[in-house]
Amino acid sequence: MSIRGAAFIAGAFEHPRREIPDRSTYQIHAEVAAGALADAGLSVSDVDGYFCDSSAGFGPLSMVDYLGLHCTHVDSTETGGSSYVVHVGHAAEAIAAGKCRVALITMAGRPRSAATARRPPTEPSPDAVFEGLWGMSGAVTGYALAAQRHMHEFGTTSAQLAEVKVAASLHARHNPNAFLPKAVTVDEVLDSPMISSPLHRQDCCVVTDGGGAVVVVSPEVARQLERTTVKVLGHGETVKHAEAGRLDLTYTGAVVSGPRAFEEAGVTPSDVDYASIYDSFTITVIETLEDLGFCEKGEGGRFVLDGTLVAPAGRLPFNTDGGGLCNNHPSNRGGMTRIVEAVRQLRGEAHPAVQVPDCAIGVVHGTGGSIGTRMGSSTLLLGREDA
Amino acid sequence: MSGALPVPAPAVFPETAPFWEATARGKLLLSRCEDCGAVIWYPRPLCPACGRPRVSWVEASGRGSVYSFTVVHRNAVDGYREAVPYVVAYVELEEGPRVLTNIVGCDPEAVTIGMPVSATFDDTGHGSALFRFRPA
Ligand SMILES: [Zn+2]
Repeated sequence: MSIRGAAFIAGAFEHPRREIPDRSTYQIHAEVAAGALADAGLSVSDVDGYFCDSSAGFGPLSMVDYLGLHCTHVDSTETGGSSYVVHVGHAAEAIAAGKCRVALITMAGRPRSAATARRPPTEPSPDAVFEGLWGMSGAVTGYALAAQRHMHEFGTTSAQLAEVKVAASLHARHNPNAFLPKAVTVDEVLDSPMISSPLHRQDCCVVTDGGGAVVVVSPEVARQLERTTVKVLGHGETVKHAEAGRLDLTYTGAVVSGPRAFEEAGVTPSDVDYASIYDSFTITVIETLEDLGFCEKGEGGRFVLDGTLVAPAGRLPFNTDGGGLCNNHPSNRGGMTRIVEAVRQLRGEAHPAVQVPDCAIGVVHGTGGSIGTRMGSSTLLLGREDA
Repeated sequence: MSGALPVPAPAVFPETAPFWEATARGKLLLSRCEDCGAVIWYPRPLCPACGRPRVSWVEASGRGSVYSFTVVHRNAVDGYREAVPYVVAYVELEEGPRVLTNIVGCDPEAVTIGMPVSATFDDTGHGSALFRFRPA
């Protein structure tokens, strides 16, 4: 695919001031965004792609929320002062690939004012100021808030959440590298210490060192390799945020990323043989399964009963390595290990006890940030080499 | 007063200074868009609903209800570590926004979704106060 002629720069704006002690960096981002969009004759509601460097709060998670954007493509590639040139290239690629139509790239900073302005020496992200003072303890507090609300609206129970952990633990038994290789029961999950109600210790993922990697190649290269490859079929992404204070804790960004990925892949949830679902907490899996369309909204707790997620015979075998709940959650970022297990399944190289027979279509879903505030969601559809 | 909970001071940005100064006087301000009328949380000088920059301050009633909550039993946050169990909640204000906060002034196990609450302010000692909520 070429980006030649695939994209054009429609608006540009340089902030008129050179010393700005009376603004945060985020407000300057907002002002240059407004300037460039006005120059182009567009508004924030037209924007579906956003690019910034790593100095802007928590990157796109902070800025997409702050600016009130709704995006299907975000990028915070950090290459210092050249970042924004790179962003133009990435934006053209994304537009050529149909990932977005209007890409907004913003940058801002206040090195001249930093020494004198009335502000702390480091500028926290704009959302952190209004969320960081009340004792949110790591990720678990936000996910607990989501679980409590899901239970309230849909009647989901702690025992149903526990079924997710039980399924993961049954898989982890077969993984010699799993951090928690022992099978657990629903009662054992419910009897584990309460961390942040309604989430128990065993509703939470493990904390591990480690990492992972994948190599993506062109079709031409893939054809020359002896090793079995896995076909990328489709992808979707978004940032789901607080909507200016109307945060809804009962759904995730998978409601946007999932349908886009399935559509691009030309498959439906009923075609999926194996699911790698980011499982930072049991509630993460319940909401994601609903939002990807494996069951109706609110039915996730009932969907996972009766061994639905247990390989190889369940209706939707998931996280057959034991997932983040039992196997591995390196650097508190679980997306990579979800991809790796999906590749094992689609190559037919998962542990024989959990290998899904004739596994042809796999879905991988990653979650970043917090379901309890703002989150990145990305869905990937993968197929067997001949899919 | 909120029992044993700490009262950390916020990082004040130029554009959020009026908000924090008001908390010191026991008032909760909200950003409101002069163009589309949206009431915005967290406060910011542009409207994320319509993208326009004409935003002004309005005083909230301080009344609301619990949208969701969690009783924190284990914690790694300085100052809060020793305060368990305590309640972190989203309170839906009468004006619409759902704000992250603590529920204080009652047994943590007595908190329920939908419970009516009203704002209370704990002085940070730095010209600002932390807004929390107690049963109304
Ligand atoms: Zn507005």
